[in-house]
Amino acid sequence: MDASLFTSMLFATVVAGTPLIIVALGLLVNEKAGVLNLGAEGMMAMGAVAAFAVTHHSGSPWLGVLAGILAGAAVSVLFGFLVLTLQANQVASGLALAIFGVGLSAFIGKPYESIALPAVPAIRIPFIADIPLIGEALYNQQALVYLSWALFWSVVWFLYRSRAGLVLRAVGESPASAHAIGHPVLRIRYLAVLFGGAMAGLGGAFLSVFYTPMWVEGMVAGRGWIALALVVFATWRPLRVMVGAYLFGGVMITQLFIQGSGLQIDFPSQFLSSLPYWATIVVLVAISRNANAIRLNSPISLGKPYRPDA
Amino acid sequence: MLRLEPRAQASRLMSYLSPLLAAVLTLVAGLAVFAALGKDPLEGLRLFLGYPLKDLYGISELLLKATPLMLCAIGLAVGFRANVWNIGAEGQFMLGAVGATGVALYFHESESALVLPLMVLAGATAGAAWAAIPALLKTRFNANEILVSLMLVYVAQLFVSWLVFGPWKDPEGFNFPQTAMFGNAALMPVLLEGTRLHFGLVLAIVALIAGHVFMNRSYTGFKMRVAGEAGEAARYAGFSARRMIWIGLLTGGAAAGLAGMSEVAGPMGQLTDKVSLGYGFAAIIVAFVGRLHPLGIALASLLMALLYIGGEQVQQYMNLPSSISLVFQGLLLFFLLGADVFIHYRLRFGRATA
Repeated sequence: MDASLFTSMLFATVVAGTPLIIVALGLLVNEKAGVLNLGAEGMMAMGAVAAFAVTHHSGSPWLGVLAGILAGAAVSVLFGFLVLTLQANQVASGLALAIFGVGLSAFIGKPYESIALPAVPAIRIPFIADIPLIGEALYNQQALVYLSWALFWSVVWFLYRSRAGLVLRAVGESPASAHAIGHPVLRIRYLAVLFGGAMAGLGGAFLSVFYTPMWVEGMVAGRGWIALALVVFATWRPLRVMVGAYLFGGVMITQLFIQGSGLQIDFPSQFLSSLPYWATIVVLVAISRNANAIRLNSPISLGKPYRPDA
Repeated sequence: MLRLEPRAQASRLMSYLSPLLAAVLTLVAGLAVFAALGKDPLEGLRLFLGYPLKDLYGISELLLKATPLMLCAIGLAVGFRANVWNIGAEGQFMLGAVGATGVALYFHESESALVLPLMVLAGATAGAAWAAIPALLKTRFNANEILVSLMLVYVAQLFVSWLVFGPWKDPEGFNFPQTAMFGNAALMPVLLEGTRLHFGLVLAIVALIAGHVFMNRSYTGFKMRVAGEAGEAARYAGFSARRMIWIGLLTGGAAAGLAGMSEVAGPMGQLTDKVSLGYGFAAIIVAFVGRLHPLGIALASLLMALLYIGGEQVQQYMNLPSSISLVFQGLLLFFLLGADVFIHYRLRFGRATA
């Protein structure tokens, strides 16, 4: 493989992995607090459409990103109210959010279909972008790519180095004990849900404003579900979320490169396009078969409602 | 101040009333949405409810739309009762449609009365086979069935699209992504002259009855209920979790496959890349709103069919995207889950008394 092809594939892999990192880190914090939100697909779709609409009307991608974050957080409040205040089943509520978000985004986005946004220029970091092979791929990227790295470090620091992160993990492991020593379990879980929603919205905004600057119904294309699978794949550890996201990014990109390369291979494009989904299944199987790793690492009270009866 | 007070016992009455409450709340929210969009809410309501309930043809269209929903939902309910979360009915539906289409295209020239039963068989088998993947991966490798069955929805969609753009494309179809129209022997008989209502409805009703017998009258059905309501108890009693996962997923897959078959052999008469209008996902809502109960599912399917047809009407006459019906579907489930709080809690005024 020649050097420029390597650089452009690395570049594209990083771009494809970025929304997955952002969304999966948000979901990770959610799940560390004991809340399983299956609505990521819907929250991403809402973020994507809100970011697109606001960018289109205001001309500012940054206002769009803000709108995406707010839209994701706003619909996550619906979910939070159901599962935290009303103690509804988390699986069913998450599915409701996924269906609702996908539907509402399609509804809102109808007038915006077939409009293209101007591409947002990349930010080139001086000097290190000149490193051969990887410099152009890693350091001449969209601002949100750098943001995803900052987010990674923040989440690691927050979860494992800060007091608040310790409390959040305690709430995910044993809400009853956390409550007994005086921590506001529901409030902490609400904040975690809001954060997850905001990150899913940001991931969606990345798709519609930066990745492919347009809005098409169904453009999230299962990335919300893949992000959920990534958290399992990562056995709830941030570093593995990051690695996993780039692996998936690599799979998505490889199939695109093969499709675009004009290589005369006798393989239908639809089968290539289904590779990321098969890959998700394969890694889920590879990780899940080690039941111990899952049991030891998943937050013990994940998915279980808790209501302090004051 | 309002507050929630735990009930000593779950309320049976509320578990039946909360779907009704959810339907009413969805209606109110719908009126609010129309008003917010600057459309006349009553006109919107008239479009949603008026058309299907106007005459016999309207009612037949309602039953037609409810058919795939009933089929998918009753199959899912069997699994949901045992806490087996098959979320991929949408993909199993598409595979069922593919299986049935394969038979229809292979026997295109045939006039045999056996073509249709063979399509039923192929549809149910293909749907069940697609659901067997998450079942196998769950039982062998502990892989989460929610995520696996969902990923397979995307794979199924791409597979259908490959078929209708590729090997199965109708050479006389003006390049549309669709197969040739089925021959007469591969089409469901129409139940009511002058309407599109077809034999699929009979299949759905049979499935509902079979579901009822299985869930409420059979020992395996009883075991699955116990497993869903009290997993520990089921383990102590030695009920095989593996078996329930298999039964839950295969039943769901077969029923969804049947629904896919009844769509291609019914109103569509061919396979296209838009074979499912989200029936597999809507059926999840139907199963919940119907309380995982066959009669409830029948009623909830009609309600959901109303949302579909209403969405089409609103699109046509009010110039609103038909995705509005998806929004209402999501709202309906939200409201149901919210209203369910009253099963375990009662609403009280005033402060807590110690």
